[in-house]
Amino acid sequence: MVKEIERAGIPVVHMCTVTPISMTVGANRIVPTIAIPHPLGNPALPPEEEKALRRKLVSRALEALTTEVEDQTIFEV
Amino acid sequence: MSYKVVHYINQFFANIGGEEMAHIEPELRDGFVGPGMALNNAWKGEAEIVKTIVCGDSYFAEHEAAAKEKILGWVKEIKPDFFIAGPAFNAGRYGYACATIACAVQDELGIPVLTGMYEENPGADMKNKILIVATANSAAGMRKAAPVMAALALKMMKGEKIGASCEEGYMPNGIRKNFFEKEIGAKRAVNMLVNKLNDKPFTTEYPMPSFDRVAPNPAIKDLSKATIALCTSGGIVPKGNPDHIESSSASHYGEYDITGVDDLTSDKYETAHGGYDPVYANEDPDRVLPVDVMREFEKEGKIGKLHNIFYTTVGNGTAVASAKAFAAEYAQKLLQAGVHAVIMTST
Repeated sequence: MVKEIERAGIPVVHMCTVTPISMTVGANRIVPTIAIPHPLGNPALPPEEEKALRRKLVSRALEALTTEVEDQTIFEV
Repeated sequence: MSYKVVHYINQFFANIGGEEMAHIEPELRDGFVGPGMALNNAWKGEAEIVKTIVCGDSYFAEHEAAAKEKILGWVKEIKPDFFIAGPAFNAGRYGYACATIACAVQDELGIPVLTGMYEENPGADMKNKILIVATANSAAGMRKAAPVMAALALKMMKGEKIGASCEEGYMPNGIRKNFFEKEIGAKRAVNMLVNKLNDKPFTTEYPMPSFDRVAPNPAIKDLSKATIALCTSGGIVPKGNPDHIESSSASHYGEYDITGVDDLTSDKYETAHGGYDPVYANEDPDRVLPVDVMREFEKEGKIGKLHNIFYTTVGNGTAVASAKAFAAEYAQKLLQAGVHAVIMTST
């Protein structure tokens, strides 16, 4: 799906836990996340800390969208 | 009584000429011509080529409708038990002609067909519509290709059960056949590994789908003026899953308006995904689709706007072709809505 969005001319960042799959499907901007059932959260954390974690991850995704890339790039958090 | 077969070949294999004769119109000849002999011999009288149709490759490519009409007319009159075309090896126009005419005979006249060519021949794109035997990339492969095609053709004529592509020699056509391997899985896996370590050829039993690549788009210049959309394969939907997105092998995607929604809460949203433990996503759907922090960023002016529609489906055993079609469709909607960038989340 990321590839079709990219093909339409819209930059896209893929946030996912299993980054090798993201590489295989051809995402160009990739941000690794926490876990498969809760990519953008961590239920073990208190709510405020969990929210802070999510803010950090999504901020990284926004950075990825503002960064020029020439090839598939993983933006480590 | 032997089965009646019609064979289709091009000007080159009919010994008429090469490129300079590729313009010739279809002609009908009695008996076999050229490579038909090898097929006839392999059938040992059980089947026989009664007529051969010869057509120039350029003629077929440039006058497809006329060539088809003429050839179908002949085949209809002859009423053969089987139609065989080629093999075309890596000759592009010939391969296209073989596959196209064979497909037409099969679909319009209901006669079983077979052709053969190299797997990268453009005609091989039709391998899911008709059976195509995989051959070498040059006519030097005729000695190998003819017996494989003849054997498979005879099986089809007799109405025998057709085995898996790897047993019968046709190109995988997406239809799964069950069969028993001679050796157990552990032994096959070790053999494969040993071959791999020794740089020897080996064949995977589970080929990965082939993926193409799309070059990255330029980065967003000014986030504070950008409209950003959220999309997911994690199955986040309004509570109750109003559009019935399947928990696996999704057949469609959903689009939902989040105007005025600052937070995805468990009383209004949930996941439809059947491929991961849904407890955490159902407890707080922002853990999959981060609407809450995107709203915060919107209020803080970090981003221009969160797009008011999110697109969602379930990426659980969903066919690549389906996912591709979903996103190709909603990407156009995103474009029309003036969305500048997308965050796609996956579980």
